[in-house]
Amino acid sequence: MAIFNYYPQTLSPDWPGGYWLHWGVFVVIILVFVMAMIMGFIWFERRGLGRFQVRLGPNRAGPFGLLQPVADAIKVLIKEDIIPAKGDKLVHWLAPVVAFVPALMIFAVVPFHDGALLADLNIGILYVVAVSSVGVVGIFMAGWGSNNKYSLIGAMRAVAQMVSYEIPLALSIIGVVLIAGSLSMNSIVEAQSIPFILLQPLGFIIYFLAACAEINRTPFDLLEAESEIVAGFHIEYSGMKFAMFYLVEYCEVLAISAIITTLFLGGWRGPLLPPFLWFLIKVFGVFFLIFWVRSTIPRLRIDQVMAFAWKCLLPLALINLVITGIEVIALPPALLWTVMFLNLAIVVLLALLWSKFFRLGGGRVEV
Amino acid sequence: MKFEHYGIGIAKGMALTFKHLFRKPITTQYPEERLTVSRRTRGNELVWDKERCTGCATCAKSCPEGCIEIITSRGEENNYIVDKFEVDMGRCIFCGLCVEACPFEALFMGYAYERARYRRQELVMDKEALLLSGERQPSGYARPKIEAGLPRQTLLLDRDKVKK
Repeated sequence: MAIFNYYPQTLSPDWPGGYWLHWGVFVVIILVFVMAMIMGFIWFERRGLGRFQVRLGPNRAGPFGLLQPVADAIKVLIKEDIIPAKGDKLVHWLAPVVAFVPALMIFAVVPFHDGALLADLNIGILYVVAVSSVGVVGIFMAGWGSNNKYSLIGAMRAVAQMVSYEIPLALSIIGVVLIAGSLSMNSIVEAQSIPFILLQPLGFIIYFLAACAEINRTPFDLLEAESEIVAGFHIEYSGMKFAMFYLVEYCEVLAISAIITTLFLGGWRGPLLPPFLWFLIKVFGVFFLIFWVRSTIPRLRIDQVMAFAWKCLLPLALINLVITGIEVIALPPALLWTVMFLNLAIVVLLALLWSKFFRLGGGRVEV
Repeated sequence: MKFEHYGIGIAKGMALTFKHLFRKPITTQYPEERLTVSRRTRGNELVWDKERCTGCATCAKSCPEGCIEIITSRGEENNYIVDKFEVDMGRCIFCGLCVEACPFEALFMGYAYERARYRRQELVMDKEALLLSGERQPSGYARPKIEAGLPRQTLLLDRDKVKK
């Protein structure tokens, strides 16, 4: 245990030193962290999906294929950059940047350690919700600037999906905020004497599904449905700009994994190991869950996706909000474990009820 | 009460894919490992037994592509000596008619499949290249005597690990 006392349990708000030093150091840390983690995620997902499909995945470049993302990056950098002749050139050029910057900005408020974050905003989670929805503007710009019907359809779907899923997403966060009593990400982590996934199982499920839809992971990857609209919004992109969209995709997954870790899984908290390592382990765990779902569940239709947001997730999120509010006001904090089991029972009950009410696919009832 | 619509289906699917994580990968890492070719394959090359060949040129006559060229001269014991036996594998369609036609069972199909070349000229196999040898074993195709001694099924079962 004595070894781990080396890691300070709390860091001062301006940890590396002066104000500007803090900004500089954390900007560099975040950039390096995001880039390294994106490489790691790409490798992890391709290897993991390979194993799910009983194959090996990339294993040629470097040991265990670890250098595959590097090789891909180099390949994509030296490829030709094609802009459609009749596309909107400025919008086409700006779209990847507009999509990438918000995804990167989310990491400003993600705590890697107690107090180790770029800006401990007192409205942290609100900032995350606000910033993450800007990314869809970039996707729509890409769809519009390409002057291609498939990319426009893909972009339209992305916008519709984003607008619908933002609501259950935000509502499921409010449950956590009610229990933690703060919007600051660091305070939310500090409030988690037990991970909030135990107190907010329904909130976790709703947030996970809505976040998957918002970052367009596979059960909801309608905007780039290969079988219908070729590649969706990035069909006309090549070279570096395509690489940017690829980065955006994984940056958003990383952001969502980090936020789920922070909100529901206790962030950097954990025994024995240093906090940063705990954070990484949890992020990779959430990401594993995300691509486990990807490897299992087929893509939904657009009307099914919309119906799922409005008829299933939204009412459940509202119910979750009301129940959490009542629990926070009425029940004493000593009854933590009671609340936990109560909430689990409520999840089971609601899941049964909604499976009874809610059917996907219109006319088709029995399989 | 049926539990088909209560998320059980998703749970079943997730469990199934999770089980797949622990299965052995079915892919073959080609240059290091390669699948065993069926011992009865109508393969990608011809194997010629020099001892049994009488130079009758039945194979050349049966070839629909006319890609077998055989030139013989008269030997001392009233026999043929094969002077030239060339198969242009670039034109061969691997129909196996020459193997089936051979009355002395001197021509066989082989197992090789890595026979890509950079030039068409390199695909022409002459007498020495066609010879039966330790590495160039005959396949059981159209040869019941060989086939009888072969294992029942060899395709996709074994993997050779060959270091290159």
